[in-house]
Amino acid sequence: MARIPAPKLELHRETLPNGLRVVLAPDRSAPVVAVSVHYDVGFRSEPEGRTGFAHLFEHLMFQGSESLQKLAHFRHVQASGGIFNGSTHPDYTDYFEVLPSAALERALFLEGDRMRAPRLTTEKLRNQVDVVKEEIRLNVLNRPYGGFPWITLPPVLYDTFPNAHNGYGDFTELEAATVDDCAAFFDAFYAPGNAVLTVAGDLEIEHARELVGRHFGDVPARPVPARPSFAEPAPDGERRHEQDDLLAPLPALAIGYRLPDPVADLETYLAHEVLAAVLSDGDSSRLEQRLVHTDELVTDIGAGCGLMGAPLDARDPDTFTVTALHPVDVEAGRVLDVTDEEIGRLADNGPDPDELSRITARWAATLFRDHDRLVSRTLAVGAFELLHGRPELVAELPAMVSAVKPEQVAAAAKRLSPDSRAVLLVRPATGPPEASPEASPEGSPAGSTRALAGGAA
Amino acid sequence: MTTTVAGRDTDPVGHRSAEQIGNTPAGPRPLPELGKQRTARAPTSVDTVLDNGLRVIAVRRPAVPMVELRLAVPFGGMHRTHAARAEVLAATLLRGTADRDRFQIDTELARVGGDLSTGVDPERLSVSGSALASGLRVLLDVLADSLRSASHAAGEVARERSRLVERITMGRSQPRVIAREALQRHRYGDHPATREMPEADDVTAVTPAAVRALHRRALVPRGAVLVAVGDITPLRVVETIAAALAGWHSERAATELAPLPEVTGGDLALVHRPAAVQSQLRLSAQAVPRTDERYPAVQLANLVFGGYFSSRWVENIREDKGYTYGAHSGFEFTPHGATLLADADTASEVTAAALLETRYELGRMAVAPPDESEVDDARHYATGSLMIGTSSQAGLAGHLTTLALLGLDVDWLRAHPARLRTVTTGQVADAAAEFLAPTRFTGVVVGDAERLAAPLSALGGVALP
Repeated sequence: MARIPAPKLELHRETLPNGLRVVLAPDRSAPVVAVSVHYDVGFRSEPEGRTGFAHLFEHLMFQGSESLQKLAHFRHVQASGGIFNGSTHPDYTDYFEVLPSAALERALFLEGDRMRAPRLTTEKLRNQVDVVKEEIRLNVLNRPYGGFPWITLPPVLYDTFPNAHNGYGDFTELEAATVDDCAAFFDAFYAPGNAVLTVAGDLEIEHARELVGRHFGDVPARPVPARPSFAEPAPDGERRHEQDDLLAPLPALAIGYRLPDPVADLETYLAHEVLAAVLSDGDSSRLEQRLVHTDELVTDIGAGCGLMGAPLDARDPDTFTVTALHPVDVEAGRVLDVTDEEIGRLADNGPDPDELSRITARWAATLFRDHDRLVSRTLAVGAFELLHGRPELVAELPAMVSAVKPEQVAAAAKRLSPDSRAVLLVRPATGPPEASPEASPEGSPAGSTRALAGGAA
Repeated sequence: MTTTVAGRDTDPVGHRSAEQIGNTPAGPRPLPELGKQRTARAPTSVDTVLDNGLRVIAVRRPAVPMVELRLAVPFGGMHRTHAARAEVLAATLLRGTADRDRFQIDTELARVGGDLSTGVDPERLSVSGSALASGLRVLLDVLADSLRSASHAAGEVARERSRLVERITMGRSQPRVIAREALQRHRYGDHPATREMPEADDVTAVTPAAVRALHRRALVPRGAVLVAVGDITPLRVVETIAAALAGWHSERAATELAPLPEVTGGDLALVHRPAAVQSQLRLSAQAVPRTDERYPAVQLANLVFGGYFSSRWVENIREDKGYTYGAHSGFEFTPHGATLLADADTASEVTAAALLETRYELGRMAVAPPDESEVDDARHYATGSLMIGTSSQAGLAGHLTTLALLGLDVDWLRAHPARLRTVTTGQVADAAAEFLAPTRFTGVVVGDAERLAAPLSALGGVALP
């Protein structure tokens, strides 16, 4: 077995008098630098009647601020040789720039200006409502399996509005958004004390500190909202929902289970992440071997922590998902039964030690590879500071995953009980589509499993 | 750790107005100047051709203890069923050899944090992989074993055939695939380049013997390139690669895709997709390859038109009109040439308007050419985004592989910023007039023809279904 080197990650943390948490992560291996800001608000916090508002607001944050006319943000980043984007998650919203390191101060200026004084106008709002509607058509309404499962599974598994609703939003509610809604949202959630600034890459610590102070030090402190609990009881049975997808050629299914609290009980959460890899990472994984190759029941199958395609991306409650695509002549019940059987086998016997060490090596390698991209590393540092108050986790995770024991994986498998889960069955079109899905009142048959990529992409 | 400032207020009573939020006592502030740019140290690299004809490029980039491998083999074929056989070959290449079965391959790779995957298109067959740097030898052993003696066993071939058929069905239900296939047919008729996704019936008919024959004949080292980037010592790694792949040889050379016909301007084809709520606009024109001395000027002209967010087209149809989420114009390279492809997806009700604006912006490229500040912005973006894109192991490996297949190398990559620096605004204006004029473009619109036919006929230049 390969020896897994410990990741190198130098971190410097401080909190400015206005409450802004700052993390510096120098790495001078390439002459590029990244700046990100994570705000502690995601689509779980948007008000009822305003579904999709957190994401819409993310778009508006690119539309100019006191020192920057509309279009100026994009132009200044790109004319400095940089790239940018933002994305909206259940519990946070992030913004970032990656640039040649000569442009560090410029990026800090751009982020500081919109944290201090975004210019929110009706014209920009109406324009971005149109853009967001096109984004939803692209990723949800005009494609098969749109929003599967990140939009379509939560309403089956969860009861409360924050956990169950569609984070992309309903067209009618997006159109109803006002500039005053934007002002209220900004004032409530975009305070410096509710944000984390991360600066990573080719930087010199003292210089970076000075620049951060210059561009964020005078953003006035504002009250930080109390963070609500989104906890709700786990389902006391199996909940099933069948959904027609007029554009889909094959049936699909998603199973959702509740995960342990990722912040309060990280160790148990990670055992589920290891379980996910044992189940579906690679040709030698349990579900891949059994359902794809031996029984030939599914075309593709995957298991993982988190609804947005990545683990440790949200606070409690979080979701463990299994998704599969299968031929029309295979009964969904058969796929469920065999999946349960394989999970049951792991619950009874656990994984074998060799299996576990393979998973660990591959998991660590994937993390190295991901974090070799400066943007991924920067966003991970910011998210771990925001959600866990521990950016060091970025470097500590491989060792923590290595320490997961077979019995912990068995216990995790035992938690994936058919008596407390949601099952979503997607029925494909049986004939040519007749009605436009956009005309349906819910307006969301479905999209990608990725995060809502806003802003630029 | 959480920081609380001025207490926690569960339900703030009242908030500032948008007007108050957007104005501070100090007023607007000036944009900071750029600092001094540090340049990247040139990494050590080796670029050589092995005895078996395989070109190997190894570059040291030790930021993380990983290594990235990219193998690309030119994989053109004229026969109607070539694409189907190539897909099945790629799907079964890493699924067992004389010495290892599918399970063993995956477990050996996993032990060194490794992954290998394959892909094929009309131009090339690719194997992409990574592992902890300490596991490079295992990665190479599995790769070499598969290249030399993949079994393409009957059971694996049958299983992968049926999965491919399902994936093809899935693919053709995606609007972007429908649009891509329509565009390829519109530009290139039945040229092999159009067979990016094979026909399901052809896949079903592929036999293990046909796959093995194709493997022996076409999956060969001469003309192919292998790139390794990571925490490695290039000279030593080239020796390791040469030893590992010594048994992979053939008298034949890899087959390049037949040259594509030139794209000439003409009517767009409207392709009906019933009940679509959004349409795909896909416009294309002939361009010049990277080896052409006009390339840097065309690259900048394209950026100014629609190649990045701060471009005329995106600022118009997204940021001003709200017609699209994303519009983008970029190069497509083949071994013999290059084309420009501009794409945007727009709601049915604004599709015609979006096409009108697109033609307007192309027209402006020809008659109101980019000015000095537009060219400078594009120049900085091209230079900076290249630096960012090549700052990771995987990014650098990908760039080098693409370049190598076009006959270019690390030196070309290193010299490109200097090429971009010396292009004049006049050269970009000339390139814009020559290559981005609307008359040079053709393409497709895929959408609900019942809603699109009338407004598109009113605009003209669109052939109805």
